[in-house]
Amino acid sequence: MSYNPELLATAAHMDELEKLIDAGVTAIVVGEAKFASRLAGQFDLDMIKQATELAHSKKAKLYVSMNNLIDNATVDELPQYIQSIQSFGVDAIVYGDPAVLMAVKEHAPGMKLHWNAEMTSTNYATAEYWARRGATRFVMARELNMEQIVDTKQKSAIEIQVQVHGMTAIYHSKRSLVQSYAEHHQQRDRYAQLQQAAGLYLMENDRPDERFPIFEDEYGTHIMSSDDICMLENMHELLDARVDSFKVEGILKSVEYNVTAVKAYRAVIDAYLADPDNYEFDESQLEPIRELQDPGRELSFGFFFKEQVY
Amino acid sequence: MSTTTKRVPRFNGKRNRLARPELLAPAGNLEKLKFAVHYGADAVYIGGQQYGLRSNADNFSFEEMREGVEFAKKYGAKVFVATNIYAHNEDLEGIEQYLKNLQEAGIAAIIAADPIIIETAQRVAPNMEVHLSTQQSVLNWKTVQFWKEEGLPRVVLARETSFEEIQEIKNHVDIEIEAFIHGAMCSSFSGRCVLSNHFTDRDSNRGGCCQSCRWKYDLFLEGAPVNEEGEDPFTMGSKDLCMIEHIPDLIEVGIDSFKIEGRMKSIHYVASVVNAYRQAIDAYFDDPEHYELKQEWLDEINKAANRPLNTGFFLDVPGTEDHIYTAEEKPAPYDFAAVVHDYDESTQFATIEQRSHFTVGQEIEFVGPGGRFFKQTVSELTDLEGNKLDVARHPLQKLRIRTLKPVQPMDIMRKKIK
Ligand code: SF4
Repeated sequence: MSYNPELLATAAHMDELEKLIDAGVTAIVVGEAKFASRLAGQFDLDMIKQATELAHSKKAKLYVSMNNLIDNATVDELPQYIQSIQSFGVDAIVYGDPAVLMAVKEHAPGMKLHWNAEMTSTNYATAEYWARRGATRFVMARELNMEQIVDTKQKSAIEIQVQVHGMTAIYHSKRSLVQSYAEHHQQRDRYAQLQQAAGLYLMENDRPDERFPIFEDEYGTHIMSSDDICMLENMHELLDARVDSFKVEGILKSVEYNVTAVKAYRAVIDAYLADPDNYEFDESQLEPIRELQDPGRELSFGFFFKEQVY
Repeated sequence: MSTTTKRVPRFNGKRNRLARPELLAPAGNLEKLKFAVHYGADAVYIGGQQYGLRSNADNFSFEEMREGVEFAKKYGAKVFVATNIYAHNEDLEGIEQYLKNLQEAGIAAIIAADPIIIETAQRVAPNMEVHLSTQQSVLNWKTVQFWKEEGLPRVVLARETSFEEIQEIKNHVDIEIEAFIHGAMCSSFSGRCVLSNHFTDRDSNRGGCCQSCRWKYDLFLEGAPVNEEGEDPFTMGSKDLCMIEHIPDLIEVGIDSFKIEGRMKSIHYVASVVNAYRQAIDAYFDDPEHYELKQEWLDEINKAANRPLNTGFFLDVPGTEDHIYTAEEKPAPYDFAAVVHDYDESTQFATIEQRSHFTVGQEIEFVGPGGRFFKQTVSELTDLEGNKLDVARHPLQKLRIRTLKPVQPMDIMRKKIK
């Protein structure tokens, strides 16, 4: 079979979804806060239905994220939600809690499942494990390096998804840390403002150049990376490895930025696929992204070329 | 902290297999293991030299594990090994042999999070139980059901579960539930924090966490700090968990294993905390009707605590009061001064081994399992040859000390920190 990898992005709303597909993504992931965290935007069931139709009409796939750690109260709501999603023809569910896997098996057999446990999907044998339990795709932890990703792809038959662009989640607490801090400062009134604000970030005292976005939702507090992964110039290494899906994470970014990023990745992937042997990265393809990049956030290689210790 | 006098049972969960809940204590090395068991732990969990978080703890060799298992056996206690990392590809080689070695060393169970470690253990070391680590952050009964169907006899719940949620899980699934009841806590969901990876290239899910959540941050709103920069900083650090005041609820909700955190903690800490919970659990079972929280237990715990305490998520989601914004961390008010090796009734002198500096005239306390306790001042102190001493200076030096009351081997002598 010829190799034609997926280019996947998040969408904050229907308009962005359409623009991203037109810009070249072949799959979109959306969801709603009840079942998913760290979404670019909110899509309720009606919107998911619409989004699925729209995506399908443009030959793109539509995935629904259900990546929350599920609590007892939500368990009872899983069957109906999953059945609705299946009836819309959604192409896969992204999950990180086995409760979702169980519910899909019971109530929507046949639905494809992407295992995404964020930082804990770390090796090929665990990928195979979830494949044996019914997952069709393994979303690799963002803290892995190139060697580990390539090795995992070589050693497992399951589809592998890798995030190549954007910020990553680095901390999730059930606690309302921003609210608690506002209360601690007796600035309760400011909390609403703090919570609504898109521009809330943390700075560690010894790292004045790094800004870590922080936000709260009903499942607690999330902290995001201070850098944006950008693997555009090294895509050929991942393409050589036959990675199945490349994700551009669009959370906390403008539509314009995301469209620009997607276009760049589309162009690089197309150029590679047209002639893999003679493919060479064209530096100028980075320019449009650089132009829109928030100067306070570094474009980085994430953990792709890092060696970690422990 | 208030003292409960009368109480009406709030929960009615069932306990599996274990008649009394197990008291499960951490042991960072062989000596700590011995103290934990001697002071009343029904089981201890330790780290081996691979596959465990807490890569900084002085972890056990297989030889030490065998010795630990031997020692624990005499008390009817078990030894578990934490193999709770999320493995990377390069960690997987050698895992089978490692797990087989654990089984051969007599380890009763491993505590694992990575499914591949779970599955491999079930295959190559079938006589060893596999318990699901809190690193999986299990919050709901359906997921507990999943792990039960995977063949696990026990699940350690996420620290984010409340009493009500635990009750519901117990009602739905017949499986042993282990829950943390005491100790330091990640403020994040376990396994869902890579702050250390980002700050220092140390992998927290393989034991490299450098407690970045307790560092100091400034919170910015659209470019301006919410606080005065550098002042009254933002942190994610949480108070330590302490459920000693809620023993009846913990028992009645049906938690099968009460887990104390702290493989990095001192002997003094582990012995004191275990001692308090052991007495509380036993007191409840001896006479649930008239159970009363005793001030001594709280005192024991507070003497070893170095952070303010709270009840975690058991009663409610922690709020402002449950976080540490200012430097509330301080050394524990008491310290381990010596351990008793022997006692000579005829002379009323104990042979002790020094663990930290103390002097004649200093106030000390002797503590033993089951709440044996008395205070005295150091009056007569000699070396083993009988030479009088004014001060115990040398670590591990053996000394003789006159005690007010009889003491027993492994009793702890502690001093107040000035
Ligand atoms: S930094 Fe804090 S929350 Fe994160 S893993 Fe370490 S102790 Fe846990």
